[in-house]
Order: sequence, then C-alpha cells, then structure tokens
Amino acid sequence: MSWTRPVLPWTFGLAGVCLVVGLIWGFFFTPDDFRQGSTVKIIYLHVPAALMAINAWIMMLVASLIWVVRRHHVSALAARAAAPVGVVMTLIALWTGAVWGQPMWGTWWAWDPRLTSFLILFLFYLGYIALWEAIEDPDTAADLTAILCIVGSIFAILARYAVFFWNQGLHQGASLSLDAEKNVADVFYYPLLVCIAGFVLLFVALVLMRTRTEIRARRIKALQARGQHA
Amino acid sequence: MIALLKRDLRLALRAGGGFGLGLAFFLIVVVLVPFGVGPEREVLRPIAPGILWIGALLAALLSLDRIFALDFEDGSLALLATSPLPLEAAALVKATAHWITTGLPLTLAAPLFGFLLLMQPEAYGYLLASLLIGTPALSMIGTFGAALTVGLRRGGLLLSLLVLPLYVPTLIFGAEAVRRGAAGLDASGALILQGGITAGCFAILPFATAAVLRINLR
Repeated sequence: MSWTRPVLPWTFGLAGVCLVVGLIWGFFFTPDDFRQGSTVKIIYLHVPAALMAINAWIMMLVASLIWVVRRHHVSALAARAAAPVGVVMTLIALWTGAVWGQPMWGTWWAWDPRLTSFLILFLFYLGYIALWEAIEDPDTAADLTAILCIVGSIFAILARYAVFFWNQGLHQGASLSLDAEKNVADVFYYPLLVCIAGFVLLFVALVLMRTRTEIRARRIKALQARGQHA
Repeated sequence: MIALLKRDLRLALRAGGGFGLGLAFFLIVVVLVPFGVGPEREVLRPIAPGILWIGALLAALLSLDRIFALDFEDGSLALLATSPLPLEAAALVKATAHWITTGLPLTLAAPLFGFLLLMQPEAYGYLLASLLIGTPALSMIGTFGAALTVGLRRGGLLLSLLVLPLYVPTLIFGAEAVRRGAAGLDASGALILQGGITAGCFAILPFATAAVLRINLR
C-alpha cells in the first residue's frame, strides 16, 4: 500500500502518454497499407490488447502460485484484481479483430484457431471470476480460485494446441491469421511498440488500483467484524 | 478403495436414476437433434459424431454434482478425509465410480444412438474407441469441478461454467477422431492424443481434487 500510492499516478500518467502518443502516431502519421488500406491501423489496439489478455492470465497464474506457496494475501487479491481487466482485454481483442475481419475477410467471425482459442480464454476468465464471486469466505475463495487457475492454465494450453489440430482437420493449412510482428514494417512497428508499452502500463496501473481497492475492502470488513464483536 | 467403489456403485444403483437418467438424457438429445436440423440423411450424417460427443459430454455433466454433494452434506466426506485412505485415492475412486455409472453405459449405448442419427458405418469403431478413451477424462475433470463447487448451495450452474471449458481438448480430439474415421482418414493421431489427455488427467487431477476437498472441508 505504501509504495503503490506514489507510484500509481505515475503509472497512469505514463500509460496515458504512451497510449496518446502511440495511437496518434499510429493512426495519423503512418501510411496506409497497400493491400489493407487504413484498416491496418486496428493493429495498434488489437495486438496490445491480445498480448495483455494472455499476460493477464499469466500474471494471475504467478500470483496464484505465490498465494499457494507463500500464503501472501496481497498476491491472491492481485490475482482477483487482474481477472476483470483480462476479460476486458480479451473482449477488446475479439471485438477489434471482428471489426478488422469484416472488411478484410468478409466475415465478423471465423472458426480460426486463434480466434477460437481466445474465445476459450474468455470462458476461462468467466469461470474464474464466477468462482471468486460465488464463495463467501475470502481465504477459501482465494485457495479454490488459485487451484482453478493452475489447473485451468494447463487445460488452456492443451485447448490452444488442440484447437490447431482441430482446424487443420477442416481447412488444410489455410491460415487467415496475420503474423504481425514478423512481417510488419518499421513504420508500423515503432508506434506499435509504444502502444504495447501503453497497454502494459495501463494494465499495471489498473491492477494496482484494483488491488488497493480490494485491500481497503478487506480492511473495512475486518473493522466491521471487530466492531460487532466489541 | 474397493469397498468405497462398491459403496458408491451401490448408492448410484439404488438411488435410482444413476444409470438411467444419463442415458435417457442422451437419448432425448439424440431425438431432438433431427427435429432441430431436419431428418435428411445428408444433414444428419456429417454432424452425427459431433452430436454424439456433445450429448455424451452433457449427460456426464448432468450427474456431476451428485459425486460429492450427498457425502458432503451427511458428513461422510469428512470421515473419508480422516480415514487411512488418502483423499487422493478417494477422489480417484469417486471419478471411477462416476465413469462406471455414466461414461461406460454412454459408451456402450452410443453406437445405437449413432444408428438413430444415420451415422456412417465405418465410424462406429472410432466412436466406441474415442468414447472409451475420452469419457474417463470427462469423469475425472468433472470430479475436480464437483469438488470445487461442493460447498456452494447453488453450484450447479457454476459447475458447468467451470467444467465445460476444461472439456474442450477432450471433445476436440474425440469428435475429430470419429470424423476422421468416418471420412476414411487415419484417426490414430487424435486417439493417441486423447489417450494422453486422459492419462494426464488421471495423473494430476486426483491431487488437485484432494487439495480442493481439504480446503472445502476446513
């Protein structure tokens, strides 16, 4: 709590600066792609959001492991705080992908491996959050969701590779996905990096803020319980 | 372990609906599908493997909350936890009992239902094999989910939200094996991968289930 108070406004500020600079640079000062036209610029929202959607889950996994091993309460609360942010990132990635896919592929949705595994990731997030909400005792909830997160991670990875297997069975090697970072030109690459930095900072700031809120809520509950006993 | 298995099987038999309910549900799903998509052979035939797999999955899901709920309420789960039998072994037995009461009958009945859905004759062997390999994983994953939600009063809906995403890999490989078999392709890859998932589930999930049960019994 003590060190996050001065850090928090800076993180938010830096995230804002990076996002504003990166998005304005990306949207207005990069050329249109010769095939995709200006739709290519969705990349500045889509790629960072997708990246953070996965990284949020990885952060939850690490926090859950810390909770299981070290029983550090803040890590459980941080995992809880990260989940809704991760859901929103997943939704942003799915939504911007659909908006891009409509003019480019001619469809909002295709059962492409990447798209499908993101939808499954979304379901994992929903289950995780629902389990947190369903259990009243905070320590039990932290324990159960931590185990769910660990087991869920294994199955999420399995599902990801299973989905690739499944789709190759249907379309032989027809890949619609855009392997962005490998073939994107430098003009697009640098603003993209700034946007990614902005999303990372925004995620950190949001998680810090939400964790602080959770800690305060926990303290209020403890005080109320003490008041009732006295 | 064997005594516990026998007890669970006897309870499932005597309580009524243990065997029958899942099968009846499976049958109803299979009967409803032609109403939904039309009775034509060329419509039903390609979707039959998928429908059978999803039906088996939902039928297995239906009986999951019974695995621990009754034992939790009357306290026999706490007794199991304090007994010399490790809780991991108890979780394994519970999953096995669930498989014998739902997965095995579903597997045996599935070719019959495939007949109703006008499935390709070549696919029957693959259907049997993939269900036989895959349904134990469904039971084991479901046991884990049931352990997670055992302390909740209305855990049923949450249970399906938690368990169904975990079923994705099993479903993909299972249905894919049957589809490839029906198309005359080599299905052994899908079957082997599915076997790997089942083996992995039985290696890891009893420990996770036991850990979850201990937390819930605190």
